[in-house]
Amino acid sequence: MAHDAAQTKGFDAGAALECTGLACVRGGRMLFRGVSFALDAGEALHVTGPNGMGKSSLIRVLAGLLPAYAGEVTATGRMALADERVALDAGQPLARALMHWTRLDGSADADIAGALNAVDLPHLADVPVRFLSTGQRKRALLARISLSRAPIWLLDEPANGLDTASIERLGAIMANHRANGGIVLAASHQPLPLNGAQTLPLAEFVPAAVPEEPA
Amino acid sequence: MIGALATLIRRELMLAFGLGGGTRGSAGFVMPIIFFLAVATIYPFAVGPDAQLLGRTGGGVIWVAALLASILPIDRLVQADVDQGMIDQYVVRGLSEELIVLAKTIGHWLSFGPPLMLAAVISAGLLGQSAEQLMIIEIGLACATPALAALGVMIASLTAGLRHGAALGGLLLLPLAVPLLIFGAGSLTPGSQNGLLLLAAASLLLTVICPIAAGAAIRAGRE
Repeated sequence: MAHDAAQTKGFDAGAALECTGLACVRGGRMLFRGVSFALDAGEALHVTGPNGMGKSSLIRVLAGLLPAYAGEVTATGRMALADERVALDAGQPLARALMHWTRLDGSADADIAGALNAVDLPHLADVPVRFLSTGQRKRALLARISLSRAPIWLLDEPANGLDTASIERLGAIMANHRANGGIVLAASHQPLPLNGAQTLPLAEFVPAAVPEEPA
Repeated sequence: MIGALATLIRRELMLAFGLGGGTRGSAGFVMPIIFFLAVATIYPFAVGPDAQLLGRTGGGVIWVAALLASILPIDRLVQADVDQGMIDQYVVRGLSEELIVLAKTIGHWLSFGPPLMLAAVISAGLLGQSAEQLMIIEIGLACATPALAALGVMIASLTAGLRHGAALGGLLLLPLAVPLLIFGAGSLTPGSQNGLLLLAAASLLLTVICPIAAGAAIRAGRE
């Protein structure tokens, strides 16, 4: 279950992800504020909360895709982002679509077959991405993330649309990544197979529920 | 940085030419060319087979057709990449929006400019252009197509995320491309060299400015 591509990566510098007093405003509404956490190599954080609480926005702020209204994000090491969009060319065969990203990440020697094995999709390597089902897309996305060789993983609802066996595989892949010194930050309203992860209940950081000054 | 640019251009070309087992973009580069040839084909039907009239007006028709053909690919240039999350993935990897649209511009030009210049040879034949006129048309298109590609990518970036963005794209592109049309078609007037020089200048300006504007548009469009 632990796949080969991950075993060879071993991140050189100690990865870290830290944010202090993070606040996010969207559409004139403050989603959350005072969000602070620090993650070191091998650690994981599960951001919980009901829909619309700003979990996806938090991930986009951390990834640098949204400006933070207040607060700071400090990341040591590259990030890999998995949101609801698979970001693989629909017309391309799966393996070739993944190759675009390995080329871009300078890991052209990456073990694409191994990564597809780890998510149980080796038989679909030559199938165009558009023919993949929802769950298969989600697994293909996971393969893209594990091929990125980025130490910091930002996963938005990684377990959505996955069956029980696939969720177990997701757990194994995340555990393997952490064992290699990687960081996993996952946002999900459902339980995730993340052993020993810190939890960040985002509902506690909506403005009405926190005092004036961010912690 | 150069490696990333090459990777991005490579993908644009694979999509535009439908290479590498891809199916989505298989007709991507063909449609504008077919459209361009169709205009040259139907024009003689409309004005009659008078060789003198065709010879005098045909060059202008080729330029109008080239401009209109450059509108067709706009809707496939940026929108799909925004929807699929490709652009976000590039940005997370630290690539600037300007670099992304520059790659798109180069890739788009490679799949649009040279095929259009080849098709112009056929069009010139259909529209009774002399060899001299054809030469000026080809030089003009070589100068103008980079600007048309850059304009197309900029407008695609501006309208990405808008409903009916494709229809709007055509309306936005034409006025910006008018200088290219004036100097391009104007260079066909016998004995005038300045048309091509002004065309090259206008094209250079647009080709440089458009990726900067397009990058800003993509940044601003990200919510």
